[in-house]
Amino acid sequence: MSTKITLAKGLNMGLRKAMEADDKVLLMGEDVGKLGGVFRITDGLQKDFGEDRVIDSPLAESGIVGTAVGMALRGYRPVVEIQFDGFVYPAYDQIVCQVAKYTFRSQGKVKMPIVIRIPFGGGIGAVEHHSESPEAQFAHTPGLKVVACSNPVDGYWMIQQAIAHDDPVIFLEPKRQYHADKAELDEDAAPEPLFRSRVVRAGDDVTVLAYGPTVKTALKCAEAAESEGRNLEVIDLRTLSPLDMAPVYESVRRTGRCVVTHEAHVNLGMGAELAARITEECFYSLEAPVLRVGAFDTPYPPSRIEEEYLPDLDRVLDAVDRTFGY
Amino acid sequence: MSDPAGFGPDLAEVFGPSQSDGGPELVQLLTPEGERVHHPEFDHDFSADELRGLYRDMVLTRRIDVEATALQRHGELGIWAQLLGQEAAQIGAGRALAPQDYVFPTYREHGVAYCRGLDPLKLLGLFRGVDQGSWDPNEANFGLYTIVIGAQTLHATGYAMGLQRDGVVGTGDPGRDAAVIAHFGDGASSQGDVNESFIFAASYNAPVVFFCQNNQWAISEPIERQTRIPLYQRALGFGFPGIRVDGNDVLATYAVTKAALQRAREGNGPSFVEAYTYRMGAHTTTDDPTRYRLNDELEHWKLKDPIERLKVYLRRNGLVDQDFFDALDAEAKELGHHLREGCKALPDPKPLDQFGYVYTEMTEELEAQRAGFEAYLDSFEGSHA
Repeated sequence: MSTKITLAKGLNMGLRKAMEADDKVLLMGEDVGKLGGVFRITDGLQKDFGEDRVIDSPLAESGIVGTAVGMALRGYRPVVEIQFDGFVYPAYDQIVCQVAKYTFRSQGKVKMPIVIRIPFGGGIGAVEHHSESPEAQFAHTPGLKVVACSNPVDGYWMIQQAIAHDDPVIFLEPKRQYHADKAELDEDAAPEPLFRSRVVRAGDDVTVLAYGPTVKTALKCAEAAESEGRNLEVIDLRTLSPLDMAPVYESVRRTGRCVVTHEAHVNLGMGAELAARITEECFYSLEAPVLRVGAFDTPYPPSRIEEEYLPDLDRVLDAVDRTFGY
Repeated sequence: MSDPAGFGPDLAEVFGPSQSDGGPELVQLLTPEGERVHHPEFDHDFSADELRGLYRDMVLTRRIDVEATALQRHGELGIWAQLLGQEAAQIGAGRALAPQDYVFPTYREHGVAYCRGLDPLKLLGLFRGVDQGSWDPNEANFGLYTIVIGAQTLHATGYAMGLQRDGVVGTGDPGRDAAVIAHFGDGASSQGDVNESFIFAASYNAPVVFFCQNNQWAISEPIERQTRIPLYQRALGFGFPGIRVDGNDVLATYAVTKAALQRAREGNGPSFVEAYTYRMGAHTTTDDPTRYRLNDELEHWKLKDPIERLKVYLRRNGLVDQDFFDALDAEAKELGHHLREGCKALPDPKPLDQFGYVYTEMTEELEAQRAGFEAYLDSFEGSHA
């Protein structure tokens, strides 16, 4: 069966599928019940699965994640929603010290199959703390896995795969894309494995690495560059921890040039790790250093200037041009 | 006197003056002098076997603590968190558990671990630096020692919410209904996680007993730094009952905890037990309490020793003879021997082991790191990898 869906719908359908497949799957978060979440990702699920499985929580993020740890110990598979990226920090201790480490501390005797869903990224005209990109902080933490979906079809599959996975997964959803573009979903198609990157546009001149909200930007860049005679290869990383570098190395060895773009700060962001690994593995293939296009190292600005702050088509194209200047 | 701004009566009026002896609200069944007293709500008809058993448990728990402290002094442990003085609080709470109940400990619950049937040797691994918790939490129904103060109270609440969803609360089947006990200390009562766990437990009426050992000191900070009112009275503000029990009285602690757990199992929700006790030792073996507290205070609490008062009671009532003490002494010695020899024999982890448990399956990234590290180690003569 094939239907046209938004990212929000894809995630909603994926959550429903996961809950139907395994009655140990629980959803918990602020306003996820009757309201269906502030972005409506859990719309209708409490009505169909009941208040014991779709749990409206008190307004306390550490409490949400900390109780999820206890539920996981009891054999449940909690999927928790952090309402906005900037509100994950009260839960940071539970995520980094407890969720990430319980398997290690118990020498593998205990699993922590918890999914922490975080709407991330900017561009929605929000007040502060609603537009952040904290992925590097979690990718830096051993014991966590970190993935970012970029489109409706991935949203549908990746959330199901993350829930079925036995390790804790930080699941990043580009909130600007929730209700933006529709895509054709074929529920009978075989999904891509969760921890794999994917070449979403083939090209030979420059490799552009993106994930989450910047995948769309990168694809637009590729279109624009094509009219100037440059052929960009765009890779949707999808998984940030672990990184799936094989398709990246293969691409960069061919193109010799690489630009990484993300909404997070450039300093010690995912781009820094990607640049380091590419340099180590593809040193003799590189025609130029790996360039990074991300947020400036300032806090997220007032929203009236956010479009200047976020990496956009022109800034990515500028970096693409600069890779030819070496 | 009423607050002139209209906020109502002041604290002293509501709670009375600060009570260094635990105050009149303290539930007690055995006085420091070893006199059996009765309480209208919390009591239990202890058999002679039960009383001897509780005494034995406390003596052996103290022995574990003494041996581990000595092992640290001998350099066999990096650090040890002592429980000296808190034996009654832990044994009372530990023996009140049903097999199906689940415990979320701090890093000091050696007596509770003993009650759960864990070989105390397993507790030493964390402090020796050979592991970070060597038991299977779901086998012993005893979570891993948790170092981040108060974090486990949320795990306890979540586990209790799981019990509710599994339909093992309030069924009326005593072999089936289960509860959770969350251990923490007076210092942890200031943590956000502990307060959030109270809110979650109250909101969902979760079957969890919050068991706070108020040992008066959070390393160097006295209880007055954490609270202006008796801790157990905080529970009321969260919407569930709180009670203060003499934590140096194993009988009262047992009776109160048993009632609180039963209440939770029956589906009547959370409660708070403040076991009023005293940390007679240091916070850990790295601590020096002489820098922040007076010896007088310690001497005062020594008179309330949890083991001595039960010993006096057992003797006075002719429930024990010299053979009992001799046998227990031999058992304690044997336990000490087991800990001393076992500790030294605990195998060090291998440098390459660390890669194996980060995830349920090793990632390709970690496999590559492990292989690189292995090759590096192998490059040395006489490699131990």
